[in-house]
Amino acid sequence: MNDTIIELKNVNKWFGKFHVLKNINMNVAKGEKVIICGPSGSGKSTLIRCINRLEEHEEGSIVVDGIELNEDVKNIDKIRGEVGMVFQQFNLFPHLTILDNCALAPSWVKKIPKKKCEELAMEFLTKVKIADQAKKFPGQLSGGQQQRAAIARALCMEPKIMLFDEPTSALDPEMIKEVLDVMVDLAKGGMTMCVVTHEMAFAKEVADRVVFMDEGSIVESKKTKDFFQNPENERTKLFLSQIL
Amino acid sequence: MNKVILWSKQNLFSSWYNILISAFILLLVFYSIPKFVDWALIKATFSGETKQDCKAGGACWVFIKVWFEKFLYGFYPESDIWRVNIAFTLLVLTIATAFLIRESYKIFVVLFLIFIFPIISFYLLSGGRFGLSYVETREWGGFSLSLILTFFGIILSFPLGVLLALGRRSELFIIKYFSIAFIEFWRGIPLITVLFAAAVTFPLLLPANLASDKLLRVAIGIAIFESAYIAEVVRGGLQSLPKGQYEAAKSLGMGYWKMNLLIILPQAIKTVLPGITNTFIALFKDTPLIILVGILELLGMVNLAKANSYWLGMAVEGYVFTAIVFWVFSYLLSLYTQHLEKKYSTDRITK
Repeated sequence: MNDTIIELKNVNKWFGKFHVLKNINMNVAKGEKVIICGPSGSGKSTLIRCINRLEEHEEGSIVVDGIELNEDVKNIDKIRGEVGMVFQQFNLFPHLTILDNCALAPSWVKKIPKKKCEELAMEFLTKVKIADQAKKFPGQLSGGQQQRAAIARALCMEPKIMLFDEPTSALDPEMIKEVLDVMVDLAKGGMTMCVVTHEMAFAKEVADRVVFMDEGSIVESKKTKDFFQNPENERTKLFLSQIL
Repeated sequence: MNKVILWSKQNLFSSWYNILISAFILLLVFYSIPKFVDWALIKATFSGETKQDCKAGGACWVFIKVWFEKFLYGFYPESDIWRVNIAFTLLVLTIATAFLIRESYKIFVVLFLIFIFPIISFYLLSGGRFGLSYVETREWGGFSLSLILTFFGIILSFPLGVLLALGRRSELFIIKYFSIAFIEFWRGIPLITVLFAAAVTFPLLLPANLASDKLLRVAIGIAIFESAYIAEVVRGGLQSLPKGQYEAAKSLGMGYWKMNLLIILPQAIKTVLPGITNTFIALFKDTPLIILVGILELLGMVNLAKANSYWLGMAVEGYVFTAIVFWVFSYLLSLYTQHLEKKYSTDRITK
């Protein structure tokens, strides 16, 4: 459990003059599940978006699975192939069926034969329990189904790491559970996961570690049990008292 | 009947000025439609060989009949007109095939139309090889030339326009500003200027052998001119896509071209299909302008024919015929894209 797969060292980032990430140091071990929480605007989404370089960091270093993230385009594509991402707004491709949404990237990026990609896609769609929706278009699915399809799509690239950027924030309450269930299954399967979320029950159930961010800094980073039972920082305590 | 009365009461006669306008329009319609029908059909002459056969006082469609071949083919040698016919039959058959075969094979039809069909039809029309006699492009003309220019314009300006649209949004400084300059330059000058430049100015600037054919230069000029419009239409589509689509594609490891070709452009182009159709119809209807540089397509041939001393006074027939032909083809193009829009609207936008 101790091989580091994501390593952030002194990462700094600015949006114009706004210092959005301040000296971030964080390691994630293989198979570890890290929950990142904090008030809105605290930089938690920016942080995980830096891990697959949807955002560029300006100072410090980020190493993912032994590959350093820098200007080199080849490195970026390599990393993106190994890091799956699930977005708040699902971001499914509306012009493609659910099946094609899932099969497209493996066939074009990894050059796996199309037939095999579709088998792969069906396998993961079955895993997220929407195999019966494969032939439909994203617009015909409910929010929860769309998000599960988006998870299946990311999994089809067979990533080593999965990033979740507030995966349940855009969902109706009754659909949150079906998405979280899928994520719990995934966690139990041993996937390395970084999840930005406010679902504290989910955090308690699957997380190895919880990271609390505020104003661009990591304020507290502890084993899950410790985090909820003995938060040290005042801001963490305040946040927990409001959210629990 | 009651419904009709109610509807017209609400929509046509709801106030005193509406009544006035409606009455005026109705009068105009009742006055002019019978007159037109009378001229175009009832009193018209359809059979005969010369102007003198038209004695009924209505339209003289004999004019169209006699000149029909010239209107369609210009001065293309009569004995070789079958070559033009074959080229267009091949085009129609190819498009018809596209309707019949499976979705996944359609890409081959498109590739055939863009890369192979132009070469086949060029040798077919131009000749000089494979035992076909050489036909200079200045003998080409008539409505077939309008269609050729439109087809050439579409297959050249569309890819170029898409590239320019992508270029304008590129993060690479040189590509971005080159695209902007290119688009703004071509969009800022009138088509007539482009035609004159292509026909008259360019031969002075270029080596004699390069692009020596006037029609080719004009065709390229039109295509480049239209590509600037296509670029701006497509850019509108690109801007309408949410950022999440780009991010999702990137996060799956797609590079720039895969992202654009597989994810971004299909959606962007679908969104702006009406605008693209608009541009292509405008391109089609602009082709008569080549008359200004001495190339005669349908309208040019009509102008020539009505000036023929045996056929003086046939302008109206010629222009009505031209209008009908252009309208029918524009409408066909419009119908086709409406069909495309319907076909690809099965999916709705993700929430």
